[in-house]
Amino acid sequence: MGSKQSIFTEEQLDEYQDCTVFTRKEILRLYHRYHSLAPEIVPCHFNDCADIKLPLELISEMPELKENPFHQKVLQVFSEDKQNKMSFNDFLNMFSILSDLTPQHLKAHYAFKVYDFNSDNFICQSDVEVMLAKLTGDELSDEEVQLVCNKVMEEGDLDGDGKLSFTDFEYMITRAPDFMSTFHIRI
Amino acid sequence: MVNTNKTKKNNREDLEKIGIQIDADETTDTAEEEDDDNEEEDIKQPAKIRKKQNNRKSSKPSDEDEDNSDEDTKLKARNNRRRLPVQNGIRKNKNDKDDESDEEKSTDTAKNSRTKARNKDNGKGEESDDNSELEGENKKTRKNPVHNNNRNNRNNANKRQKDEDNKKVKQANSRGNRKGEKDNGKDKKKKGKSSSSSSSSSDSEDTLSEGELAKVLEEVEEKKMLIAAIRTKAWRMKRKLTTLKESQEFVEKFEGALGKGKGRKFYAYKVMMMKKWIKFKRDFENFKTSCIPWEMKIKEIESHFGSSVASYFIFLRWLYGINLVLFSLTFGLVVIPEVLMGLPYGSIPRKTVPRKEQPTAMDFSVLWEFGGYIKYSALFYGYYNNERMIGVFKYRLPLSYFMVGVGSFGYSLMVVIRTMARNARENGIDGDDGDFNFSWKMFTSWDYLIGNPETADNKFASITTSFKESIVDEEESQKDENIHLRRFLIVLANFLIFCCLAGSGYLIFYVVKKSQTYSTLEELTWYQKNEIDIVMALLGMFVPPLFETIAGLENYHPRIALKWQLWRMFALFLGNLYTFLLALIDQVNAQLAEEESIKNKTLAMVNSFNFTNSTSESIPAIDPADFPRGPCWETGVGLEFTKLTVSDILVTYGSILVGDFLRALFVRFINYCWCWDLEYGFPSYTEFDISGNVLGLIFNQGMIWMGTFYSPGLIGINILRLLTSMYFQCWAVMCCNVPQSRVFKASGSNNFYMSLLLLILFLSLLPVIYTIMTFTPSFDCGPFSLAIYYLNATSKTYETANLELKRKMQMLRDEQKNRRNNKYTVNPMLQDLEDLLPNNANVNKPESNQIVIGKQPNEATRANGKHGKEMTLAPPPPRMVVTKPPNPRQVSHIPGQPRSGTPGSGPRRPSPGQSRH
Repeated sequence: MGSKQSIFTEEQLDEYQDCTVFTRKEILRLYHRYHSLAPEIVPCHFNDCADIKLPLELISEMPELKENPFHQKVLQVFSEDKQNKMSFNDFLNMFSILSDLTPQHLKAHYAFKVYDFNSDNFICQSDVEVMLAKLTGDELSDEEVQLVCNKVMEEGDLDGDGKLSFTDFEYMITRAPDFMSTFHIRI
Repeated sequence: MVNTNKTKKNNREDLEKIGIQIDADETTDTAEEEDDDNEEEDIKQPAKIRKKQNNRKSSKPSDEDEDNSDEDTKLKARNNRRRLPVQNGIRKNKNDKDDESDEEKSTDTAKNSRTKARNKDNGKGEESDDNSELEGENKKTRKNPVHNNNRNNRNNANKRQKDEDNKKVKQANSRGNRKGEKDNGKDKKKKGKSSSSSSSSSDSEDTLSEGELAKVLEEVEEKKMLIAAIRTKAWRMKRKLTTLKESQEFVEKFEGALGKGKGRKFYAYKVMMMKKWIKFKRDFENFKTSCIPWEMKIKEIESHFGSSVASYFIFLRWLYGINLVLFSLTFGLVVIPEVLMGLPYGSIPRKTVPRKEQPTAMDFSVLWEFGGYIKYSALFYGYYNNERMIGVFKYRLPLSYFMVGVGSFGYSLMVVIRTMARNARENGIDGDDGDFNFSWKMFTSWDYLIGNPETADNKFASITTSFKESIVDEEESQKDENIHLRRFLIVLANFLIFCCLAGSGYLIFYVVKKSQTYSTLEELTWYQKNEIDIVMALLGMFVPPLFETIAGLENYHPRIALKWQLWRMFALFLGNLYTFLLALIDQVNAQLAEEESIKNKTLAMVNSFNFTNSTSESIPAIDPADFPRGPCWETGVGLEFTKLTVSDILVTYGSILVGDFLRALFVRFINYCWCWDLEYGFPSYTEFDISGNVLGLIFNQGMIWMGTFYSPGLIGINILRLLTSMYFQCWAVMCCNVPQSRVFKASGSNNFYMSLLLLILFLSLLPVIYTIMTFTPSFDCGPFSLAIYYLNATSKTYETANLELKRKMQMLRDEQKNRRNNKYTVNPMLQDLEDLLPNNANVNKPESNQIVIGKQPNEATRANGKHGKEMTLAPPPPRMVVTKPPNPRQVSHIPGQPRSGTPGSGPRRPSPGQSRH
């Protein structure tokens, strides 16, 4: 126990437990994961690495993220700066949001950010096309892609502006039976 | 209105005290009144929600919060007009206070500027922040979706302009409330509850004025709410941390200032306990999730085979849980007490293997069929004694046996229905399935849990196929040409399946009828003996695939097709059940007839003993193994159920081994030297048969429910079965099955399994009730043997016999009295009794046999309290006791009598008289 606790101070652990849905053990485990991503960069002691950031490419090598077709965008959304780097705080925050204890509205908020590929605060036709390409890998014909995009817009767009705002998205996603179970990474 | 004015006046006085110019504010008040009213509409709504939310927040049991918001809403209307002046006043106060402490950085102005900045910074984020505050709890409980939406829209429209205004007004309003309330409290000699701490401190402490205190309290509450809800904010971690730190510091600093002395300590204690409690809950939650067994196994299967296959394993796990409870009920309350406290093996006939079975009783072939020692063990109904109370604890075993039987059904029913209700609630929201078909596929089909490249490939493929399916469906629904053909096909398929079902039903009926005629025949061929089994097996083998082929006509979505398939096979299996039960009832009837003859035989034997023994002193020592006994139909029924369960287990495991494992081995290794591709060609690997497995499980559970009453050990076997099949099938699935060609989601089908299970529960309840109600229990085995038999047979004759006996005992007692008067001791008196009683018995003898039986329970209950019972009751069969010479009985009854104290109704009358002196 002594060695484990020396990574964080008690205070820090309590703070992290207040800010995330994780328990002390999970936070320590996550730090170990973070540490093992780049043992030469990240020190064993947390206090020394408060400013250390890892490049997103390194993090995307995690098996939990590697197969995810959206992992790039997920990491981008959760990284604090725009230089494709991620601090431990962001790392922890990301897995906290993706854990199964997080309330639905919070997940919906981040899911919207993830699926908003061109970051214009709306999910528009082009976003859906990008998603579809990532999900099905160009197996659908152009007509089929068009049909799917139209259907998605038709179903989700409640205010009729041809794109999904966050409200539309949230309304749709909170009714999905599987959203909570699929937008979820077990760490 | 009067009230409002009053509070207003009070308020004004209060403000004047603090030094605020009200005149100046009054003008703004009137000027902005209209605006206020408009805004109130906006504020009222969130306030209501917040109230609800607070009521729901059982997880955050902070009293202050609730009081606060309750009063908030109550006083909102009243204080509406007063809002602005108060706000201004507080502003002023704050400015004063700024000088006093450095923590005052988060004053209104500072805060407002920060919110402004935040607004500009990320408009979207801010909106959701505010939403999250209001809706956090609401959303979790999935309440009022439409309502949420409305509010969202309005928020969208209003939020950005009015956000700041609202915030200001809200703050000011609540502060005003607090103040107004406190003033009220002062008016009524300090009645205010929530403000008691602040008002008391304000009395004693001059440095902090009331307004400041109220504000501080308000702020502290706000911060606390923030701390509690910080993990549900969509903020960056850094910001969360700093906000957390700030608010924690603030709370710590000012929490203390609010209470003094004792109150302060108590407050600190409360806060500490709250923290501990939250932590405990967190740990407990973790512990609970880590206690769910086989979670990882099922997840692994889910990631390979999709949720439909996993749903079978989840169902299996759930059933295991139920069976575990039933098992602990049955074993804890029935089997173990009987084994520990009841008579040991070999003490009475029902607990002994009969003489002629003894040589083979340990043979494996016999034990395998649950004969021999297993048949006469606590695993079956017949082993249980009818003693009303056993052991030192006077445990009422027959009662507990019955109650456990009833309780098992009650518990199962309750659990099934409760689970169904919960599932229905969870699935209730996706009632309008078609509304977001494509959107859901798009946004929720990718499972973020997938971390295995192979699984990921499968998932991509299944997503693509599901999209294609939906596209085809969409195009089809747009075309609508083939609707008539489709309808025709569906009708045709249903007609064909109905024909199949009716045909197989008739076949079963015919075979059963035919087999009943066989009972008259002497010699049965092997085929005739097993005709029903063969027909059933053939039906079970060929009809389900036929159904599947016919169902191909319907072209349903696989999820719906699975449901139909389940229903159709369910109907088919019901035929199986029907034949089984019919055969069982036939068997019971035959055994009842046999029992009747044996009963007469034993009674004749008993009587003959009475004749021969009436003069002799000792009881004839008959070994319990030699004693004639009935067939005990209850044990027979239990035996049948147990055999069926075991053979079902064997068939299931065997078919997995041969049908799945060997086939997979064959396909895998012979493929190298075969003329066509085995893996993709004809035999291929098997898919996991969800419908068959689920139905097997459900029917097996029905068997357990039916059989447990007659064989308490059956539930133990079932526990073993479920446990092994969990591991075995998990292995088999991962090792030799391939994912379905159309992977589909199983959302909601769990409830479908449950409804089938509920149906089976009712169906299995019926025969059990029927047998209990109509057939008389065996007279010489089981916990209800003589008790009920006695009730059935001897209630009338017993009364007359009783009267007669009473008369005789009266005579006896008179005689005793006479002797006592003659100063006789007990022992000589006993000898006289002994002299008397044989006559007594001889008098009884000419009466009907039933009287003889009728006495039995009476004596049995009387003998219960004694430990000497084994000596007297055990070696001879129970019936012997009744009429046997009284010698040993009397000896044992005298020491036991004062202790047990059961008032022997008839025959034992003299004994109290004896113990009296």
